[in-house]
Amino acid sequence: MKRRAALVVLSCAASSMAHADFQWNFPTPVTPIARDTLAIHNEFMLIITALFVAVFAIMIYSMVRHRKSVGHEPAKFSGPTGAVQWFWALVPFAILLFIDFVLMGIPAFHAVIEMEDTKTKADMVVKVTGLQWKWQYEYPDDGIRFMSNLTTPPEQIAGATAKGENYLLEVDNPLVLPVGKKVRVLLTATDVIHTWWVPQFGVKRDAIPGFIRETWVKIEEPGTYRGQCAELCGKGHGFMPVVVQALPEAEYVAWRDAKKMELAQAAAGADRAWSKDELMERGKDVYARQCAVCHQPEGQGLPPAFPPLAGSRIVNGPLLTMDGKPLPDGHVDRVLNGKDGTAMQAFRNTLDDVELAAVITFERNSFGNKQGDMIQPAQIKALREEAK
Amino acid sequence: MSTHSASSHGTHYYVPRPSHYPVTLSGALFLLALGFVLRINGFAPGPWFMLAGAALILYVLFGWFGAIIGESVTRAYGRWEDQSFRHGMVWFIASEVAFFAAFFGALFYVRVISVPDLLNLLPNHGWTLYPDYQGLSWPQSGAGPKAMAFTPMGAWGIPALNTALLLSSGATVTWAHWGLLKNNRFQLNLGLFLTVVLGFTFLGFQAWEYHHAYAELGLTLGAGVYGATFFMLTGFHGFHVTLGAIMLTVILLRCLKGHFDADNHFAFEGVAWYWHFVDVVWLLLFVFVYWL
Amino acid sequence: MNTATTTANGHAPHGEHHPAGLLRWLTTTNHKDIGTMYLTFALVMFFVGGAMILAVRAELFQPGMQLMQPEFFNQLIGVHALVMIFAALMPAATGFANWQIPLMIGAPDMALPRLNNWGFWLLPPAALLLTMPFVLALFGIGDGAIATGWTFYAPLSVQGGIGVDFAIFAVHILGISSILGSINIIVTIFNMRAPGMTMMKLPLFCWGWLITAFLLIATIPVLAGAVTMLLTDRHFGTHFFTAAGGGDPILFQHLFWFFGHPEVYILLLPVWGLMPHVLATFSRKPVYGYKAQVYGFVAIGILSVVVWAHHFFTAGLPVPALLYFMYSTMSISLPLAVLFFCWIATMWRGAMSFETPMLFATGFIVLFGIAGLTGLVLADVAADAQYHHSYFVVAHFHYALFAGGIMGVMTGVYYWLPKWTGRMYSETLGKWHFWLTVLSFNLTFMPQFFLGLAGMPRRIPDYALQFAEFNAISTVGAFILGISQLLFAWNIVQCVCGRGAPAESRAWEGAEGLEWELSSPPPHHSWEIQPRVK
Ligand code: HEA
Ligand code: HEA
Ligand code: HEC
Ligand code: CUA
Ligand SMILES: [Cu+2]
Repeated sequence: MKRRAALVVLSCAASSMAHADFQWNFPTPVTPIARDTLAIHNEFMLIITALFVAVFAIMIYSMVRHRKSVGHEPAKFSGPTGAVQWFWALVPFAILLFIDFVLMGIPAFHAVIEMEDTKTKADMVVKVTGLQWKWQYEYPDDGIRFMSNLTTPPEQIAGATAKGENYLLEVDNPLVLPVGKKVRVLLTATDVIHTWWVPQFGVKRDAIPGFIRETWVKIEEPGTYRGQCAELCGKGHGFMPVVVQALPEAEYVAWRDAKKMELAQAAAGADRAWSKDELMERGKDVYARQCAVCHQPEGQGLPPAFPPLAGSRIVNGPLLTMDGKPLPDGHVDRVLNGKDGTAMQAFRNTLDDVELAAVITFERNSFGNKQGDMIQPAQIKALREEAK
Repeated sequence: MSTHSASSHGTHYYVPRPSHYPVTLSGALFLLALGFVLRINGFAPGPWFMLAGAALILYVLFGWFGAIIGESVTRAYGRWEDQSFRHGMVWFIASEVAFFAAFFGALFYVRVISVPDLLNLLPNHGWTLYPDYQGLSWPQSGAGPKAMAFTPMGAWGIPALNTALLLSSGATVTWAHWGLLKNNRFQLNLGLFLTVVLGFTFLGFQAWEYHHAYAELGLTLGAGVYGATFFMLTGFHGFHVTLGAIMLTVILLRCLKGHFDADNHFAFEGVAWYWHFVDVVWLLLFVFVYWL
Repeated sequence: MNTATTTANGHAPHGEHHPAGLLRWLTTTNHKDIGTMYLTFALVMFFVGGAMILAVRAELFQPGMQLMQPEFFNQLIGVHALVMIFAALMPAATGFANWQIPLMIGAPDMALPRLNNWGFWLLPPAALLLTMPFVLALFGIGDGAIATGWTFYAPLSVQGGIGVDFAIFAVHILGISSILGSINIIVTIFNMRAPGMTMMKLPLFCWGWLITAFLLIATIPVLAGAVTMLLTDRHFGTHFFTAAGGGDPILFQHLFWFFGHPEVYILLLPVWGLMPHVLATFSRKPVYGYKAQVYGFVAIGILSVVVWAHHFFTAGLPVPALLYFMYSTMSISLPLAVLFFCWIATMWRGAMSFETPMLFATGFIVLFGIAGLTGLVLADVAADAQYHHSYFVVAHFHYALFAGGIMGVMTGVYYWLPKWTGRMYSETLGKWHFWLTVLSFNLTFMPQFFLGLAGMPRRIPDYALQFAEFNAISTVGAFILGISQLLFAWNIVQCVCGRGAPAESRAWEGAEGLEWELSSPPPHHSWEIQPRVK
C-alpha cells in the first residue's frame, strides 16, 4: 500500500491524470434528480470558474503592472468619482445579482421543487431505518423487513488480508428496488441521526430518531449502487454502507415473492417450540450481526461506553417477573426496549420473535454466563402483542 | 452613542493596577466545572473540587467587588470611566437577552414545529418509535414511555400575583432612583428596601409554586418538553432574580452607608437596569409560558 | 487617513510599576501584555490542533485502520476543530484587537482592563477542560474527549461520554471569555476614541471587530443555551432533543447554527477589516471605498444571523424554508463582492511591493475567493444534497478557515510584528513560509474537493478504495503544510528575542494611521495623552 501511495504522488506530480481512480466529478447519475443535480453543479462550476478567472485576471494584471519596482506612480483616488467610475463599480454588483438570483436561482428553484415532490404518483413505498450501525429496510405493503449489515471482514480493515473490490461498500442484504418506478422513501432512525446517501441517486436525506423524513428515487438503469451513511453517528459511522440493487420489474417481483415466502417461514417459527440448542445456534448468529459491534464478539464490551455482557447483572438476573411480564430494566426489557439516552437501542421493532428469543437465550448461556434457562419465541410474541 | 467630549482630551483614564482576582476567578471556575463534571458522572472527588471552586469564587467576589467599591468611594473614577461602565452594562444585558432568546426559541420551536410534527406522524404513518404514543397536543407532550401525566401550570394564580410583585418592584426601584437624584436619602433607602422585599417575596412564591408543581401537579423537569421549557425558562429567570435581589441588597447596604450621590452612582443604576431586564423577561414568561 | 498632531509621548510618566516574571502576566491589566498572551496562546494551540489533525491525516493516508480506533478518530477531528476555532483563530483575532485597537484609535488602554485580563485567563482553563479527557482516559476515567465532531449534534451528544460534559463546560467558559472580550471592544471603540475621530474615521480594522463583537454578543449566549439544554438532557431528565418527550434533534441544529453560521463571519470579519490596511500600505495608496466596506460589514453582520439553516438542508425542512434559506444565503455574496471589489480597487494603479504581509494578503484574496465561490454553490439546495457532509464541504471550509482565517492572521502578524517587537522579521524566511504554505495548502485541500464530488463522506476513519489516491496526496500536503508552519514560529521567536534589524516607528513606507506614530515597540502606556485627530 505504501509503495502504491508513493507512486501515486509521483505520478500525479507528473500529471498523469488518466489514472482510473481519479474521479473529478459526480458519479454517473441514474435518477432524474441526480441528472438535474449534476447539470446544476456543472453549470455552477462554470459560472464560478468564470468569475474566479475574471476577478483574478484583473487583480494579477494590476499586480504585474502597478508595481513599485517597475516605477509605477501610485494614484490617489479612494472611491468612485464621476458617473463612469460609479458605473464600473456597480456593474459587478449587478452581474452578481443576476448570477445569484437568475442564472443560479432559477434552476435551483425548479430542482428543489422536484426534489421535494415525494408524494405525487409514487408507485411504492419503502421505509428506511438507521440504527447504530446498520440499515433496516421495510416494504410496508408487502410485509417485508430485513437488516442490511456491512460484510467487509475485520481482517481486511485491519490490513491482515487484501482488500476486496467493494471494500466497505458491501452488505449482506441490499435494498432491492424495481427500475423505472417512482419509489417514495420514508426515513427514520432508532438511536441517533443517520443520513441515507447514494451519490448516483442524487439523494441524501437525514434519518431522524422519532420523526419521519421522506425523499424519492426513480432508478433508470439496473445495477448495484453504493453509498454511505453521511451523518456522524458514533464509532461505526464509517462502516454503515448503503447498497441498493435495482432490478428490472419482473426480476424484482420474483425477488419480492421469494423474500415474502422466506419471511413467512421464519415468522411461522415463532409459534412452534424451539429447543435450546436451536436457539443457541440461531442466537450466536444474531449476536454476531447485531450486537457484537458494541458488546464485542466475546461479550467483554468496551467499557465505559459499552458494558460487558459477560457477568452482567442484568443478563444474569431473572428473565421475567413472577407473572410473566418483562422485569423493568431486566434482560428482556433491555433488549426489547433499549435504554433511552444511551447507544442501547430498542430491538423490539427491528428483530423478529425468533431472533429476539434466540439472542437473549444465547447471551444468558455464553461468555461464561451460566443461567441455563431460555425463553421461547412464542413468549416474546405474546409480550409484544400485549404491549400493543 | 456618545463619545466623551473633546474636553476630556488630556484627562487621565483610570487603568487599574495589576490584579490577581481575574486569574483566581478563572481557576475557581475551572475547579467548579471540573468538579461538576466528575460529580454528574459519578466520580467521588467531584464535590470536593466544586466546594473548593465555590469557596474561591466567594473569596474573589468579596475581594474584587471590595476593590471596586474602594476605587469608587475614593473617586478613582471620573465621568469617562463612568461612561465605560454604563456601556459595558448595556452590552452585558444584551448578551443576557440573547441567552433567554435561546430558551424562548426552543419553546416556540417545540410548540410550533416538533409537537405538531409528532402529532402528524399518527394519521400519516401509524408508526413511530413509540408504540404507546397517545398523540396529544401541547401542553401534553411526550411520545415515549417516559411521558407522564401532569397538569400544566395555570396563569392566574401565583404567576399573576408574581407579575404584580415584580412590576411594583420595578416602580419602587425607579422611585428610589428619583430619591437619589433629588438627594432624598429617605426615599432612596425606603424605595430600595421595598424593592428588595418585593424581590424576595417573589422568590418565595416561586419556590412555593415549584413545590406545588412537583408535589401536586406531576409537573417536573422530566415531564416532556413542557416541563423542560417551563422549568428551564422560569428557573433561569428565578436565578437571575436571585442574583438581582442579592445585588440590590448590597446596594441597599451601600446606600445606608452613604455611598452614591446624584451624579456618581453607576453601581446603583447598573443594578436597576438589570432589575428592569429581569422584569421584562418575566412579562414574556408570563405571556408565553403561563398564559398562552 | 488619521493624522495626529501629537506624536509618541516619549516615556510613560508613571514608569512601569508592574510585578515581574510570571506574576506580571497573571495579573496584568495592560492591553499590550494581554494582547501578547492571546497571541501566544493562539500560536501554541494552533500547533496543538494541527498535531491532532496530522494524526488524522496519517490515518487517512491509505485505506484500512492503521493507527487508531474509530472512537479516537472521532475525538480527534472534533477537538481539532474546537481547538482551531475557539483556541487558535478567535484568540488570535482578539489578540490583534487588544494590541491594535487602543493604538489605532488613540486610547490609553482598553476600557475595562481588569475584565480584559479575565477574558484572557478564562481561555487556558477552557482549553484544559477540552483536552483533559484525553489524559483522564489514560487513567481509566471516562472514555476520552468529545466524539461528536465540533457540532455537538444531539442525540449523539446525549449518548456520548464524559468528554461531552467537559466540552459543554469548555464552551461555557469560552463563551464568557468571548462576551467579556466583545463588551470590552465595543466600549473601547465607543468611549475611548481620540478627540476628532468620528465613527466614519474609525480604522476599518476596528469596524470589522466592532461588528464581530456585536455578533458574538448576539450568538454566543444562544450556543451557551443550546449546550445547557444538552447538559440537562444528558443528566437531568429534560427532553429538549428527544422525540420521546416531544423534543426534536433538529431543534439542536437550529440553535447550534444560529450561532455557528455567524461564527464563521466572527472568525473572518477582523481579517476583512485588516486587509484594506495592508493592501493600502503596500500599494502606497489610500483605501478604496471606505464607506462601502463599512456598510458591507454591517450588511454581512445582519445577513449572517438569518441564514443559518443552510447547514442542514438535508434534514428535511419544508420547501418554503429551503427556498428562503437558499436565497438569503446566496445574497451574502453581494456584500462580499463589494469587499473583493474594494480590495482589488485599492491595489489598482498603486505602487505595489510584495513584502511578506502583502504576499499573504494577495494569497488570502485568491484562496478565500475559492472558499467564497464554492460557498455560493453550497447554498444551492439541490446541489447541496450531493455536497453536504462530503469532503467538498471540508475543502470549502478549510479554504475559508485556513486560507481565509489563518492566512489572514498571518498577514496581520507579519504586518504588525515590527510594531509589537520593535524588530523586523526575516523577509527571506517569511517568503519561504508564504510559498510553502500556499503550495502545500492547495496540495492538501484541492484534492478534497474532488473526493467530495466523488462521494467520500466526511468524518470517516476509513474509506473505500476509489478514494485512496486523492487522500494520499492530501496527507502528504498536510505534513508539508504542518512543517512549514515551524518557519512561522521560528520567525516570530527571532523577533521576540530581539534579533533582527530594529524597526522604525513607521515600519512600512506606505503605512498610515495612529499606530505608526508611536515608537516600535510602543511605550508601556500607549496614548497617555490622547492625540487629536483632524
Ligand atoms: C470563515 C469561514 C467561512 C466563510 C467565510 C464561509 C462563507 C460561506 N459559506 Fe461556508 N462553511 C464554513 C466556513 C465558512 N463559510 C464551515 C466551517 C462550514 C462547515 C461547518 C460544518 O459542517 O462543520 C461551512 C459550510 C457551508 C455550508 C453548508 C454545507 C453543507 O454542510 O452542506 C454552506 C451552504 O450554503 C456554506 C455557504 C457559504 C457561503 C454562501 C459563504 C459566503 O459567505 C461566501 C461569500 C463569498 C463569495 C461569494 C465570494 C465573493 C465574490 C467574489 C470572488 C467576487 C465576485 C465578484 C464580482 C462579480 C465582482 N458554507
Ligand atoms: C480554524 C480552523 C481550522 C484550521 C486552521 C484547520 C487546519 C487543518 N485541518 Fe481542519 N477542520 C476544521 C477547522 C480547521 N482546520 C473544522 C471546523 C473541521 C470539522 C470538524 C468536524 O467534522 O467536526 C475540520 C476537519 C478537518 C478534516 C476532516 C476530518 C473528517 O471529516 O474526518 C481534515 C482532514 O483532512 C482536516 C485537516 C486539516 C489540516 C491538514 C489542517 C492544517 O491546516 C493544519 C496545519 C497546521 C499544523 C499541522 C500545525 C503544525 C504542527 C506540527 C508541525 C506538529 C508539531 C507539533 C507540536 C509542536 C505540538 N480538518
Ligand atoms: C450501538 C451499540 C449497541 C448495540 C448494537 C447493542 N447494544 Fe446492548 N448496550 C449498549 C449500551 C451502550 C448499553 C448500556 C446501557 C446502559 O447504560 O444501561 C447496553 C446494554 C445492554 C444490556 C444490559 C447490560 C448491562 O449489564 O447493563 C444488554 C443485556 C444488552 N445491551 C443486550 C444487547 C443485545 C442482545 C444486542 C443485540 C441484539 C445489543 N445489546 C446491541 C449498546 C449496544
Ligand atoms: Cu450512521 Cu453515520
Ligand atoms: Cu454557514
